[in-house]
Amino acid sequence: MFDLQPLILTFQLALITTAILLVLGIPLAYGLARWESRWKYVLQTLVSMPLVLPPTVLGFYLLIAFNPAGRLGRFLESVFGLQLVFSFEGLVVASVIYSLPFMVNPIQAGFQSLPASLTEASYTLGKSPLHTFWRVLLPNIKPSILTATVISFAHTVGEFGVILMIGGSIPGETRVASIAIYNEVEALNYDTAHQYALILFAITFVILLTVYIVNRRFLKAF
Amino acid sequence: MIRFHAQKKLLTSDGPIDLNIDLEIAARECLTLFGKSGAGKTTALRILAGLTRPEQGYIEVDGKVWLDSTRNICLPPQQRPVGFVFQDYALFPNMTVRENLRYALAAGEDSVIVEELLEAVDLHALAQRRPASLSGGQRQRVALARALVRRPKLLLLDEPLSALDMEMRGKLQDEILKLQQRFPVTTLLVSHNLAEIFRLSQRVAVIERGRITALGLPAEVFITKQLSGKFKFEGEILAIQPEDVVYIVTVSIGQNVVRVIATDSEVDQLRVGDRVIVSSKAFNPILMPVR
Repeated sequence: MFDLQPLILTFQLALITTAILLVLGIPLAYGLARWESRWKYVLQTLVSMPLVLPPTVLGFYLLIAFNPAGRLGRFLESVFGLQLVFSFEGLVVASVIYSLPFMVNPIQAGFQSLPASLTEASYTLGKSPLHTFWRVLLPNIKPSILTATVISFAHTVGEFGVILMIGGSIPGETRVASIAIYNEVEALNYDTAHQYALILFAITFVILLTVYIVNRRFLKAF
Repeated sequence: MIRFHAQKKLLTSDGPIDLNIDLEIAARECLTLFGKSGAGKTTALRILAGLTRPEQGYIEVDGKVWLDSTRNICLPPQQRPVGFVFQDYALFPNMTVRENLRYALAAGEDSVIVEELLEAVDLHALAQRRPASLSGGQRQRVALARALVRRPKLLLLDEPLSALDMEMRGKLQDEILKLQQRFPVTTLLVSHNLAEIFRLSQRVAVIERGRITALGLPAEVFITKQLSGKFKFEGEILAIQPEDVVYIVTVSIGQNVVRVIATDSEVDQLRVGDRVIVSSKAFNPILMPVR
């Protein structure tokens, strides 16, 4: 039976994940773009791992890490009252990790494409690193930030394996649209599966199309 | 008065060199650093601006110490009143011409100086444009004006005209001279272009592999013997051909190719590719090698 809740949950998850990723991803991308050390490649690799790792592997390790009987799980439970296994909060944490490269990589590329002389010019004009970051660097990588934000959002909407592993399929808590589709297909309710699938298809198409059109206009403005 | 000393190991395409520079620059003087690429000229400017830290160094500007490695003093670029014009101009693409200049104002500072500078470099009409829509010469003027907004004690120009064609260079040299009269500032210029050096600077320092090998008036430094020529141009020898008892030397000067007659003894010290000065002494043109 078609129910709006999985769709609402999906977009809630994607919105919260993207917001957290923006806050985490911009400084991380900036650090990676500026950092000169061989350890940089270790961090870079860790950030990019979710691109190639099967989602089930990631989900499996997160499941073990967040296990309420385990050390980390107990610590989170007792200190923050957080239970990350089979809960919406757990999905958020997993999605942030899973979509991290989609946020960090485009923004990092954006920072790297800016000539160092822009930063230096700003310094010789008497402006602090923070002022330079807000007024010069960030505004000049707007297209990268927009791309990263939208791709991260869309990628979280399309998540399946990690969620199945760590969230299961609890209605209203962890049953997002992709899981709902899987359940309906298993129950041979192809009509309902179609409805969810078509809505996801249409929404992601519109989102991506918008990015490409807006970005082209952005680039023209420069 | 600026006192500048810096020592730093540099890795260049020709291998490592030791930058070791000692300079005194008089107030309101324009001094040019001349030398091959990789000789350490740009690094010297960057050290003055505080963008690069030398291993050892001392910078004193009008009695104020900016850098003293023995006392561990090193002011960050923000606290040094310098104007730096980068080779690529480094204009902020997200801001209009006026916003680029206003960016250099201190918080709450009156923007009169911005309008004055826009007018001085004739950019009022373009003030609302973004850098991407400007020509090379216009961008250069924006960069120059922006560097002067803070009323710096020291203006550093890193090959500011190298990306422009000959005609534009001439115009902008005028522009720089005009600005220097209106907003007097001690200037350090990096340049390869002899005409530019003669035109803009009072003194020139030749840097070779990190060291100053000659320092003085451009005429003293570049012309081995003093001339009393009525006119002189610098150019490059394209060909030397014997013709009966004399030689015909073909020289490219700017867009022109001229042929000059030279004697045996003159040709002795000349080779194809040499930089020379062609000057006219009363009636006969003479050729002098340029160092």
